Amino acid sequence: MPTNKLAVAVSPHIREDVSIRKIMYSVLIALVPALIGSVFFFGPRALWLSLIGVASAVATEAGIQAIRKVPIEVSDGSAALTGLLVAFNLPPGVPLWMPIIGSFVGIALGKQVFGGLGRNILNPALVGRAFLMASWPVEMTTRWIVPKYGTLSGIDAVTSATPLGVFKSMNTILADPAASLIEIQKANTILGKLFDSWGNLFLGNVGGCLGETSALLLLIGGIFLLWKGYADWRIPVGYLVGLGVLSWAFWGRNGLFTGHPLFHLLSGGVILGAFFMATDMVTSPVTPRGRWIFGLGCGIFTFIIRKWGGYPEGVSYSILLMNIVTPLIDRYTKPKIFGEKKNKDKEQKER
Amino acid sequence: MSITFKGGIHPPQNKVFTKDKPILALPAPEEIIIPLSQHIGAPSKPIVEKGDRVTMGQRLSESEGFVSVPVHSSVSGKVKDIKPWPHFSGESVLSVIIENDGKDTPCREMPAHEDWENLSPDQIRGISREAGLAGMGGAAFPTVVKLSPPPTKQIDTVILNGAECEPYLTADHRLMLEYPDEIIEGLRMIMKTLGVEKSFIGIEKNKPDAIKVFKNKTEKFDNISVIGIKVKYPQGAEKQLIDAITGRKVPAGGLPFDVGCLVQNVGTAKALYDAVVRGKPLYERVVTVTGKTLNNPQNLMVRIGTPVRHLIDACDGTKDPIGKIIMGGPMMGIALYADEVPIVKGTSGILVFSVTEADLPREKPCISCARCVDVCPMKLLPNRIATLIENERFQETEEYGIFDCMECGSCTYVCPTKRRLLHYIKWGKDEIIKRRNKEK
Repeated sequence: MPTNKLAVAVSPHIREDVSIRKIMYSVLIALVPALIGSVFFFGPRALWLSLIGVASAVATEAGIQAIRKVPIEVSDGSAALTGLLVAFNLPPGVPLWMPIIGSFVGIALGKQVFGGLGRNILNPALVGRAFLMASWPVEMTTRWIVPKYGTLSGIDAVTSATPLGVFKSMNTILADPAASLIEIQKANTILGKLFDSWGNLFLGNVGGCLGETSALLLLIGGIFLLWKGYADWRIPVGYLVGLGVLSWAFWGRNGLFTGHPLFHLLSGGVILGAFFMATDMVTSPVTPRGRWIFGLGCGIFTFIIRKWGGYPEGVSYSILLMNIVTPLIDRYTKPKIFGEKKNKDKEQKER
Repeated sequence: MSITFKGGIHPPQNKVFTKDKPILALPAPEEIIIPLSQHIGAPSKPIVEKGDRVTMGQRLSESEGFVSVPVHSSVSGKVKDIKPWPHFSGESVLSVIIENDGKDTPCREMPAHEDWENLSPDQIRGISREAGLAGMGGAAFPTVVKLSPPPTKQIDTVILNGAECEPYLTADHRLMLEYPDEIIEGLRMIMKTLGVEKSFIGIEKNKPDAIKVFKNKTEKFDNISVIGIKVKYPQGAEKQLIDAITGRKVPAGGLPFDVGCLVQNVGTAKALYDAVVRGKPLYERVVTVTGKTLNNPQNLMVRIGTPVRHLIDACDGTKDPIGKIIMGGPMMGIALYADEVPIVKGTSGILVFSVTEADLPREKPCISCARCVDVCPMKLLPNRIATLIENERFQETEEYGIFDCMECGSCTYVCPTKRRLLHYIKWGKDEIIKRRNKEK
């Protein structure tokens, strides 16, 4: 090669040391505290499920990339992340083959059919979870494991269900006109205890999906991601504000503004969803205003599903719903260009 | 609160190679190549012929049209030829080639005005055109045009740009340290020409020595304030600088005079001083010659028309084979296709990359991370514009403000999938203009 051959390229001539790999591995690292927590609460089984989920996702991605005859890029960590999130969304007592199916569907139907990373519309991990939910609803809603030092519900009065499960059934009793006075009193007492148990919810010493129970450990990872700039703060904040305000305002037993937002924010998969799944770059809006709308929308849908829907939990479906409208949100939230005047939009429309 | 704009990036500064090196005069080479086109606008017309003897500072061309200024010989000697020669723009451009006689016989065509305060604004404008002054920050826009705003635009603020936000470059920094008095006088000339009462000198805070010098030197002038601005790229872009210092936002598609401002580079102010007080046309300038692979990076006072190769040799060559030569900084500079390209009025730096540094990363599909959206100082959606252009949907990009892009390259810099966003944007602009011209 001649030494005087000069490279000619359009500026800029330097690039930041950032890559898909760096971002994905940072997210994986951010999930490690919650993974350690889940092994602590639910035993080594949590680790096996996670590893199987990751392995299945990576194998599926590599296999499909080989079939598609495109470069095999599983080392970028994006498939591994999907696999881990699929596992995090499973009850810890499910059979070991479930994360295999979940990750396969997530990667194959949630991501590769669209053309791979960056082209998918829906969060692949949530596609996997939705598929499992529809196919094996019993396993997905009953195979809970009692945490090592606590109870499934986080309170002593009931031990048969997760906090959100208890909450749902108590509310059903309260809404039932045929319920007896004793039943109503008992339900109210249990709900009261549930709302007071937020310390357990915060630490994660309750039943639930593998990776979702400890708000504290998830927040450590989530704040790390926000600090690195690999997740946008508007989405989790919008999500928590949306769900918190609605449940506080409209979900109290004594009228407006008597609800228990802390219970709703800390129970179920809200923290995991808000910080790690709603913030998925590919499937969330790019505009700053769009991210607010996206986060708030997730919160609103979670509230609607939890309050009126058939499921006790609504995090995954609300994120999937907002994924679908992401292109639309982007289209209608185009930022105002530097120095752009309001009437410029009108001018352009007239043209 | 720090004084800055919204968006922007923090690339490694790499100014350490040259920031403490005083400006050295580089002896002129045996042959000088003066391109007749050095900036946007019409090229100038040669007024010398092959075989003519010329003196240092002699005018070689006649400007044609308003947005055009003449070029001058930077040495004394003989016109060897007038022919197309490799040019930074990527094409060959008609250039006057002068054989240096090594005597540097001065021209004395332009009078010196020690008592410049007695000159009228029009006289100063005339001198700036006669001296061939053009913006020395990079774009080399003819100074006389900036000094002659349309009568409908009232300018009330002059901002002197000492931000030098491009990584690696230290030419303006050294100039500010070594010629503060000339720069301040030049600024006062600009203020007088425009009848402006208020001015600012904006300097990024990574040059505390320069800020200190200027604060001391301007103490006696009530109407000049020195402002330390946040270190962030592209802090030295006109619209961002005006926003940071005055809070005024130049309207989209508008120019600084739409908000009553005029921005000039510190180098241009010094060149104006030289032209007016010393009668010296613009035939030399400070160039930072730098790069990790250079053996001895330096700030050089270089004659316009010196081939780039000569500058690299003056820095004792490179450690590794050269992969890329960039005229300007790493963010907005132009990669040269030949090392015989001459230095022009707008050349603030020559950046040399090794073959490894010149490697282009492989591009992958967008993952919608929106980092480009977050950093864009013009608040555009670079990802969207680039995708539309990839699909050759050029017209739609106008709605997304493609022509508001100032090509700072921040979007491309931060992209984790290494998309060549600015490449697409430039292509899109070209294509749209081509199609418009076809319609006419």
